Amino acid sequence: MPAVKLTVNGKAVTADVDARTLLVQFLRENLRLTGTHVGCDTSQCGACVVHVNGKAVKSCTLLVLTADGTDVRTIESLATGDKLHPMQEAFREHHGLQCGFCTPGMIMTAVDIVNRKGNSLDEKTIREELEGNLCRCTGYHNIVKAIAAGAKAMGSGAHSQAAE
Amino acid sequence: MSATGIGAAVRRKEDFRFITGKGQYTDDVNRPGQAYIHFLRSPHAHAKIKSIDAKAAQAMPGVLAVLTGAQLAADKIGNLICGWMIHSKDGSPMKMAPHPAIVSAKACYVGDPVAVVVAETSAQAKDAAEKIKVDYEVLPAVADPAAAQSKGSPQIHEVAPSNTIYQWHLGDANAVDAAFKAAKHVSKLDILNNRLVPNAMEPRAAIGDYDTGSDSFTLWNTTQNPHVARLVISAFIGMAPEHKLRVIAPDVGGGFGSKIFIYPEEVVCLWASKKVGRPVKWVSDRVEAFLADAHGRDHVTHAEMAFDGDGKITALRAKTIANLGAYMSTFSSSVPTYLYATLLSGQYAIPQIYCEVDAVYTNTVPVDAYRGAGRPEATFVVERLVEVGARELGIDPADLRAKNFIAHFPHQTPVIMAYDAGDYHASLKKALELADYKGFGKRKREAERQGKLRGIGFSTYIEACGIAPSQAVGSLGCGVGLWESAEVRVNPTGSVEILTGCHSHGQGHETTFAQLAAERLGIPIETVSVVHGDTDKVQFGMGTYGSRSGAVGMSALVKALDKIEAKAKKVASYLLEAAENDIVFKDGKFTVAGTDKSAAWGDVTLNAYIAHKFSGAQLEPGLKEGAFYDPTNFTFPAGCHICEVEIDPSTGDTAIVNWTAVDDFGVVVNPMIVEGQVHGGIAQGVGQALLENAVYDKDGQLVTGSLMDYTMPRADNLPSFKVGTTVTKCPSNPLGIKGCGEAGAIAAPAAVINAVTDAIGSEDISMPATAQAVWSAIQKRNQSRQAAQ
Repeated sequence: MPAVKLTVNGKAVTADVDARTLLVQFLRENLRLTGTHVGCDTSQCGACVVHVNGKAVKSCTLLVLTADGTDVRTIESLATGDKLHPMQEAFREHHGLQCGFCTPGMIMTAVDIVNRKGNSLDEKTIREELEGNLCRCTGYHNIVKAIAAGAKAMGSGAHSQAAE
Repeated sequence: MSATGIGAAVRRKEDFRFITGKGQYTDDVNRPGQAYIHFLRSPHAHAKIKSIDAKAAQAMPGVLAVLTGAQLAADKIGNLICGWMIHSKDGSPMKMAPHPAIVSAKACYVGDPVAVVVAETSAQAKDAAEKIKVDYEVLPAVADPAAAQSKGSPQIHEVAPSNTIYQWHLGDANAVDAAFKAAKHVSKLDILNNRLVPNAMEPRAAIGDYDTGSDSFTLWNTTQNPHVARLVISAFIGMAPEHKLRVIAPDVGGGFGSKIFIYPEEVVCLWASKKVGRPVKWVSDRVEAFLADAHGRDHVTHAEMAFDGDGKITALRAKTIANLGAYMSTFSSSVPTYLYATLLSGQYAIPQIYCEVDAVYTNTVPVDAYRGAGRPEATFVVERLVEVGARELGIDPADLRAKNFIAHFPHQTPVIMAYDAGDYHASLKKALELADYKGFGKRKREAERQGKLRGIGFSTYIEACGIAPSQAVGSLGCGVGLWESAEVRVNPTGSVEILTGCHSHGQGHETTFAQLAAERLGIPIETVSVVHGDTDKVQFGMGTYGSRSGAVGMSALVKALDKIEAKAKKVASYLLEAAENDIVFKDGKFTVAGTDKSAAWGDVTLNAYIAHKFSGAQLEPGLKEGAFYDPTNFTFPAGCHICEVEIDPSTGDTAIVNWTAVDDFGVVVNPMIVEGQVHGGIAQGVGQALLENAVYDKDGQLVTGSLMDYTMPRADNLPSFKVGTTVTKCPSNPLGIKGCGEAGAIAAPAAVINAVTDAIGSEDISMPATAQAVWSAIQKRNQSRQAAQ
């Protein structure tokens, strides 16, 4: 079994893994970080989105061995103690979730959209950028509102943590 | 209205764990020593199983057991059931074929479980399953419900000649025939209500855990109704006595009906855990979900609507073939009968209605309730016929509807339902304003100048919800009652736990039920918690589906709170040394009427448990009350949805440019949550109308077998929605709630197709109206217009 070494949510991790292990399996099963979810097997749904070296990646489509040496951030890294990340706050404030299953991937994608497209996002941009994230509960209406508000709040300076 | 009471848009209490990744879904639960199970599924739609050779599989690394249907039967594990008896016109009962959790004689659909492997890891179980040798004798298959009853089609089950499960009807056939003979105009439609895959984002999962020491089972399962699962698995499947089976539904990631049913997988996980002496876990792949989750809809219908010379509807008749798949799933029989035909009056005063339904077996996965369950199918029939009638008669579709609306309540329809209260004119009027219907002509002409086709479509829907009065459904064949339970436990320190037999898999009960209790008791909402989903904690409840949690679940809570208030006042009377009748309870305070003597909530609750101020002979200590509430009627949410589309004729691509929804849900507890339910329902309805289709080929192979081939609605397929409400209180429950969970999915498909057909000027299009279908319909229309010239 080959060895893998990476940083997850700021902590160094080493392990011996079955070579077929996907990054999402490693996070959920080896590290017990179950916030990242598996919703499909064809890379469509986005429930598994994490950040690898600062970019949104579908962790179901990456072998953990390929993530060797990288800096991985999951949903569990966004809040600092009791203080929620502004994007998380925005999802709650705008009812951007119902069953919660797509939510971690949706929030991680949202933060990535802001990182790439800035803090002033219009509806059309958000809807196009969400092509890789499925939600069956909300009809996306409130997710779009939440992301626009979260983007603005991320730029307001009061809380400048963005998942990197 | 207080900031956290009924009617307030309280932000959800349950959100914290979901937005921080701390939810606990079934796959997040891990039992010490757990093993993993993989289901070997038939690759053939219809095949005899001649033999199964598991020797090579058993020898694979990590394998604990390879188990078959023969072993299941030998252990006397019973078959899965359908719990709603339907009789045919001739009085004979529905033909329910045996449905074992693992088949042994033959497989009847692609995905039918044929054997299972239990192993140390999921990968090892899958690797071993590939080594199982199954000798199949492939049989001809039939997948198309319209062909299932034909002479040439293979008979799937011995018990059902011509694959016919039942031939049911409702209404007065003779009176309807007479009305059609006398009609001035008849509109006709052939309708395919397309088959759908529910695709909740969380795949199904189960963990079966048998404990030798107590000879009892625990099941973690993605179920919408843990107590019903427990009852069926114990009493009908015979896994264990009911008191020896605990069912836990932790956080569940969406259901939409697909997680109501009792499926093979949870039964097998329980059985296997006893066989191997280890907890056994199963998590569905998405590909597996396509094959093995109950699908929705799949009706073939011919429908006709009769009009008199003034445009009044005089009759409606429909003949439907409903595909129930290879076996009868738990509620399947009710969906195309009592959840469908009984809504064929729509919002209209239609004097005569007759509906015939043939339910058939095919070699496809079982079909059962999916958001709306029968009511989207009914609404599509009625609302398409009315729209087509309006076009054929040259009457504005809003005007034709208004002319036919029911305006006096209660209104007895010819199809069992008696609508208690509503104001259909109010929702239509408000929707027309919000949608700027008057301005549509201008927008259409502007679009034409840009080379685009604009269309507008209505859906004035009604549904029967708040499922359901037990005696009523019992008399119609349902095997269970559909009441609901609630228990309120007040703690000595004054905090409150509400235990509800309902189950939240996205509906926000931890917030809405708390809003109700907090307002009633005058206590901070933070001090109220809601418990659901565990048969060890919560007394029997029927679960969540059929838009019932508000109307039925909250009514049970109100009854329990009534009892709490009564008991608390008794305790307060001893504490305040006053007559019980003189105690006034308001805003969390108990006062002796006409005095300034009072006691706070926390003092009274503490005294209830310390019991120093009264003797056991006078009053029992404690402050905990429960109630079971059985509704006296269905509820009837109704409303008007207006869809405006813009089609690019060169590609057939349909953009929804405006969506207006005005719904009457009676009293609304949390408008933010209610709007969210409407948004989600509309999205699923749009998905059915424009994008989604579960397709089996003629050999019963599922062609749309993954998210690569099955088009789920994405954010850029949908607009933002304009949502409003009108209110006529529900007269049949204490709070006046009608319910809202399914409305969007019920209303939307007809609104979309009415808009698309308006835009392209042709009725000749089926759901899903994909770009290809729309483009083809436009070409066909152009050709027939040229031919006509």
